Amino acid sequence: MDARRLSRAVPRVRQVGFFTPNTPAQQPQPQSAAPSSESPPLSDSPASNSLSPVMIPPPRHLSDNLGGRTAAVPVPGRENSGELPTVGSYNPSESVLWLDSPPRSRIGDEELSEGAESSLGWYRRSDSAKFASSLPSGGFKLSTAKHPGSVAAVEAKNPLPEQSEAQKEQASSSKPLKAKTTKAERRALQESQRAAKAASRAEANKSGTPGGAPSSKPMKQPPQKKDGPPVASSIAASERIGVDRSVEKERKKDLPPPRKQFDDESRGGRAKRRSVLNQPEARNRVELFRHLPPHKNGTQLPYLGSKFFELHEKHPAVYKVGLQYLAGDLSGGNARCIAMLQAFQEAIRDYSTPPEKTLTRDLTSKIGGFVSFLIECRPLSMSMGNAIRFLKSRIARLPLTLSESEAKTTLCSDIDRFINEKIVLADKVILRHAATKIRDGDVLLTYGSSCVVEMILLYAHELGKQFRVVVVDSHPMLEGQKLLRRLVVKGLSCTYTQLNAISYVMHKVTRVFLGASSIFSNGTVYSTVGTASVAMVAHAFRVPVLVCCEAYKFHERVQLDSICFNELGDPDAISKVPGRVDVNYLDNLTDKQKENLELLNLKYDATPSDYISVIVTDYGMIPPTSVPVIVREYRKEYLLI
Amino acid sequence: MDFQVVVLAGGNSKNLTPLVSKELPKPLLPVANCPVLNYVLHQLEQSNLKDLIVVVEGEDAALLVGAWISGTFIDRLHVEIAAVPEDIGTAGALRAISHHLTAKDILVVSGDLVSDVPPGALAATHRRHDAAVTTMLCSIPVSGPLESGSSGGKDKAKKLGRYNIIGLDPSKQFLLHIATEIEKDARISKRILHAVGQMEMRSDLMDAHMYAFKRSVLQEVLDVKDTFQSLKEDVLPYLVRSQLKSEALLNRTPQGEENSTEKVSSQNNQAFISRILANASTPSFHGIYSENPDGSSSTRKTHKCCVYIASSSSYCVRLNSIQAFMDINRDVTGDADHLLSPNNIIGPSPKLGTKTTVGPNCRLGEGSEMGDKCQVKRSIIGRHCRIGSHVKVVNSVVMNHVTIGDGCIIQGSVICSNVQLQERVELKDCQVGAGFVVTAGSEYKAESLAKKEK
Repeated sequence: MDARRLSRAVPRVRQVGFFTPNTPAQQPQPQSAAPSSESPPLSDSPASNSLSPVMIPPPRHLSDNLGGRTAAVPVPGRENSGELPTVGSYNPSESVLWLDSPPRSRIGDEELSEGAESSLGWYRRSDSAKFASSLPSGGFKLSTAKHPGSVAAVEAKNPLPEQSEAQKEQASSSKPLKAKTTKAERRALQESQRAAKAASRAEANKSGTPGGAPSSKPMKQPPQKKDGPPVASSIAASERIGVDRSVEKERKKDLPPPRKQFDDESRGGRAKRRSVLNQPEARNRVELFRHLPPHKNGTQLPYLGSKFFELHEKHPAVYKVGLQYLAGDLSGGNARCIAMLQAFQEAIRDYSTPPEKTLTRDLTSKIGGFVSFLIECRPLSMSMGNAIRFLKSRIARLPLTLSESEAKTTLCSDIDRFINEKIVLADKVILRHAATKIRDGDVLLTYGSSCVVEMILLYAHELGKQFRVVVVDSHPMLEGQKLLRRLVVKGLSCTYTQLNAISYVMHKVTRVFLGASSIFSNGTVYSTVGTASVAMVAHAFRVPVLVCCEAYKFHERVQLDSICFNELGDPDAISKVPGRVDVNYLDNLTDKQKENLELLNLKYDATPSDYISVIVTDYGMIPPTSVPVIVREYRKEYLLI
Repeated sequence: MDFQVVVLAGGNSKNLTPLVSKELPKPLLPVANCPVLNYVLHQLEQSNLKDLIVVVEGEDAALLVGAWISGTFIDRLHVEIAAVPEDIGTAGALRAISHHLTAKDILVVSGDLVSDVPPGALAATHRRHDAAVTTMLCSIPVSGPLESGSSGGKDKAKKLGRYNIIGLDPSKQFLLHIATEIEKDARISKRILHAVGQMEMRSDLMDAHMYAFKRSVLQEVLDVKDTFQSLKEDVLPYLVRSQLKSEALLNRTPQGEENSTEKVSSQNNQAFISRILANASTPSFHGIYSENPDGSSSTRKTHKCCVYIASSSSYCVRLNSIQAFMDINRDVTGDADHLLSPNNIIGPSPKLGTKTTVGPNCRLGEGSEMGDKCQVKRSIIGRHCRIGSHVKVVNSVVMNHVTIGDGCIIQGSVICSNVQLQERVELKDCQVGAGFVVTAGSEYKAESLAKKEK
């Protein structure tokens, strides 16, 4: 317990370590040994424990990260000046942590159970998610440009949870070897390393063969590992923190971002062993998107089915929802979120605390297990991540005095309230707001099938407004047809067209209504693939674009493109046209020919905020720039529900 | 997973006389020296289903089966043996144990199913669609001995009777029509055809007699339709027929559930949520049908009848005829030998005389003795058999404690326990009931020999 507490206090203590030179040799592992209070090394962040694949960054990192990226402080000054923002960013983090995880104070002398750990890991991990999103976009550009160090410095500033065991080992082995060097020497070394790195990266980028990405990783790492010990050995123990940081910077650039990167073989292997489903081979996938989890198509279904009775710990309701995700029976952000929450509700109702365990912690870990199962079936949407975070915080904040049945009813009613307030009521409010923007004679365009947009259209129709709807659709999902059917049945006059005809219909359109899977704090709208092009065309035609999205789908993350985070669909779905036997040009390719073919079926894209006129949310109609405000206020609110 | 498993083991099957008898009920009929029920129980055990209800027809048979199960699966399975009167049919048997059923869904497996299809796959399909009934279909097995084409023609005639006419929707997920035998006319509900638009009729699939039922539905049907005798011939076709005009009885329970789960939140919100969910999910024809023309969901009640089609590579045969018995014996020792559960240990190697050859795909039980110059091909020989010299056994099943005299020739036959074959008997495609004595020098072809009933 002691050890745990100290190591958690790492960030604050770290400054102390920086100011006191000549600290003794370091404790290698954060969890095992009791760290000396003076200087836990940077890498010893407690967040490097269990990696749950769901990551939601807390808002504090938003400002931190943004500031860091825009600042781009030159490297040399970084070590010293970098401390200030760090201090500023950590204090709130401490308070957030204490606020968010009361179980910690209650634990007393017991070992931290998995539950508390994972709830902690939850918050910590979020910063890693932040990096995952910021790294590929910002990181690539900057590091290949002239400020390679600035990004790395930003990274290093935060205790990154991504240190894998391997890295820790490396760190621990290298530490005792350290010797003194002057600052200048260190800097020179650092520069040379960086140059080597940049060169190797450029090389890796150049190799555009399909096997490039996986092969480039091993290529990069060996030199790094070779460098490690000598560098460390030549460096003064007195100033080891700064050194650590530089070494770490290097390492960080090599290591994959903390989100599960599926093109990394070592991690992939581990994930494979852990996972319930077979991971399909990364065959014929577009290189740029190899880091995304491969699509688990229907062939996994019988496999999962055959293990139906073997997965005891998964509640039947959760299992059913997972199957429906996997089979694609259930799609759409709201529906998936509601289905998941209802399944959790059922699981909580049937839950009973095992002996010698506390409800708070055992239930948290249980929910964590459910979540990772659902992720295996299909990656979570942002909205689901938010809902899970809400639920976990509710569990963590249950008063100890509550009996089990009371706690369960409290949680169930909390879930109900979340569904009712954040989804149902929010939708109703959005309807009201959006309907004011529909006037008689309007021609409204929508893309795909968004349940909010559908409700808006129906609501406006019920209000007696006269308007026409253009439903734009695209292969392979053809969700628009579902929407179209429901609209036509209700008596709305509709036009149906495919995405490729968008520019022809756009000049007649007066409003574009779009749904969203998530909205990031920089105003980027993350939505079904194709949304971005619709918004862009609308922008070009000066047609206002209204994005309708419940506030619970807002997310603190900042994302600039749709590459670093996305979801892959079934690649076969785009190569085959259902019901058209005459369109079979790709059918009888030989295996050798198929090697030249890469299929990409992306599920989402990111629409830049420039194309969006207004976001209709349950807090009113806001410009995309106001999203961070909502995120900040809203998060506070739902943690206090 | 909230599933209860009922194994319908059966009792004395008329189809299998003279192989089965009072002493050897059908569940204990040895297939490759291992009772047929073992295959089902092993399969269930592999799927981690350890609480089973085994329903046996007849008290005596139940005692025998119970003794065997408790001997074999002690500490591994938790089995309840339920004895039901004979000749009440599968539906009747379920009706008799209906009060034992408590779980949300019931998995009903026939005790004579020899298959490697995991029952979980069926259960998962059932759950995913929230179906009233899900049935497993498998391709019709290749029947008749492969090499010896002697009885081929006759088997083909027999096979015709086993056709099932099965109607599927285009996505092959829902069961629209099922008829067990070829009838002169097949009635297909116009309503169903209209709702689905397209129906695929298949005759190459067979009902494997493994079902997942929603308990509420099953109990309602059994209660109300008390004339129903068989699951396959009465209950399933009834459910399939009525899937779009599902009578109130099928939906009474769901309504009750709705009311009980209804929380303080208003009905309005509930409807809202269910609409979001319904809109987001891929609609089946049931949903489209139950929709009123104006789009609101109506009061029309439907239930889903789903199918799980086992992949063609999996093995799935029911032991419901003598031919099937022969086929299973052949396959289990041959192609599908992975079905043999580990507890089916081959005993200490039997004593063979000089110049005796035992071909591939054979199985010899422990303690069997064979004389000189014998030939055994593609056959199964049970425990403690004594086989004389110059005996030829091809494509046959010889059960335990059989004595075969010198110079016998046995082809394509089943010889039950304690049979005595005297010298120079020639049997071809025969079944010899337990305890029968075949006199020396006799020749039989395609006959069924059994002791006269006293």
